[in-house]
Amino acid sequence: MTELVYFSSASGNTHRFIEKLGRPASRIPLHGHVDGIRQDTLRADSPYVLVLPTYGGGLNNDAVPRQVKRFLNDENNRSLIRGVIGAGNTNFGQAFCLAGDIVAAKCKVPHLYKFEVFGTPDDVLAVDEGLDTFWTSL
Amino acid sequence: MTEKLKLVSHVDAINWNKIEDEKDVEVWNRLVNNFWLPEKIPLSNDIQSWNTLTPAEQKLTMRVFTGLTLLDTIQGTVGAVSLIPDAITPHEEAVYTNIAFMESVHAKSYSSIFSTLSNTKDIDEAFRWSTENVNLQKKAEIVMNYYRGDDPLKRKVASTLLESFLFYSGFYLPMYWSSHAKLTNTADLIRLIIRDEAVHGYYIGYKFQKGLEKETQERRDELKDYTYSLLYELYDNEAEYTQDLYDEVGLTEDVKKFLHYNANKALMNLGYEAIFPKDITDVNPAILSALSPNSDENHDFFSGSGSSYVIGKAVVTEDEDWDF
Repeated sequence: MTELVYFSSASGNTHRFIEKLGRPASRIPLHGHVDGIRQDTLRADSPYVLVLPTYGGGLNNDAVPRQVKRFLNDENNRSLIRGVIGAGNTNFGQAFCLAGDIVAAKCKVPHLYKFEVFGTPDDVLAVDEGLDTFWTSL
Repeated sequence: MTEKLKLVSHVDAINWNKIEDEKDVEVWNRLVNNFWLPEKIPLSNDIQSWNTLTPAEQKLTMRVFTGLTLLDTIQGTVGAVSLIPDAITPHEEAVYTNIAFMESVHAKSYSSIFSTLSNTKDIDEAFRWSTENVNLQKKAEIVMNYYRGDDPLKRKVASTLLESFLFYSGFYLPMYWSSHAKLTNTADLIRLIIRDEAVHGYYIGYKFQKGLEKETQERRDELKDYTYSLLYELYDNEAEYTQDLYDEVGLTEDVKKFLHYNANKALMNLGYEAIFPKDITDVNPAILSALSPNSDENHDFFSGSGSSYVIGKAVVTEDEDWDF
């Protein structure tokens, strides 16, 4: 299994960050239905850090993508989360990385890092080294 | 100048029940939900604060806002509209009309600020300055040339750089005032503009990347080179424009960091790697915090700067708790 679980929309920015990071990661399916058939969500089988974007501003309770809610509604998945990494844009003001804050608070795990768009090379380095330390500290 | 007006060659009735790109719907909904008007912001509460600024600070603020007005006017009247004929889906065309209208709202909102805080003589002086400042006019000219050009992807690059980079020499100042508890209602209005521009830059950059997928490797290389050289050209001009405005108040270097930081994000909106390293993008925390109250706390748990955070103990939760 993988140490990272992530969600990325069609724009693929978070996916790109994960690719640059190069660590084992599983993607939460973008589409709940394919050809009208409801798909199973991802099932985690080992502790993981969740990487998820907040996009577009507004402080409605729709900050957490529904696909992520569905993934976390699975009690097994919820029990294995150890931390959150948020993606976003400071230009969204109070909504910057809001989804990460919500999930971190709900799951009582730390919001480990925030990066913007798909992350700078400096962000990738910080997260890579940070995760090494984080996993050994648990 | 006689230019042939370019319009979409064929139009079918738009069917919002048949979607080719879900981003179009997502962004349309986001823009509609984010809709606002300057009349909703109590700008007159800033009159007292405005009167605490020195005449030089007031002049600087007025000039910054006329510069922003010019960019919004270009984007509303030419930029967003010029993207419509190249749209891939009919819903993308509709999103550009929304963007164009909102840019006109932004442009008008600066006039609301002026009429609330200033007087006709100073307003006229600031607009006169905007037509005479060489670097501001050059910035407008560079972008306008690409909008007039015949390369649809280059238009999107120019448009994204405008939305995500060129505004920020101006946006710095209201964030600076806000961090000093000045003109806070004006800053609230500017934050709404910033939020809109962020969605615009994200969307136009996304459509650029969709367009790029259909191009040859040679053409992709050309567009990448083009993007970086346009960014450098605009950056050089932007650095001079920043000096024109901010040298007098000693903020030029601080503003430049903000420019680097935003140039990186503009490039990423286009799918390109950031180029400015962290030692010249370390924006003043007070400015970042004025931009986003979530930007500083716990930003980096790994490095220990978010040390206030304590890892929670595992708690048994019920499924009902997960009704977000």
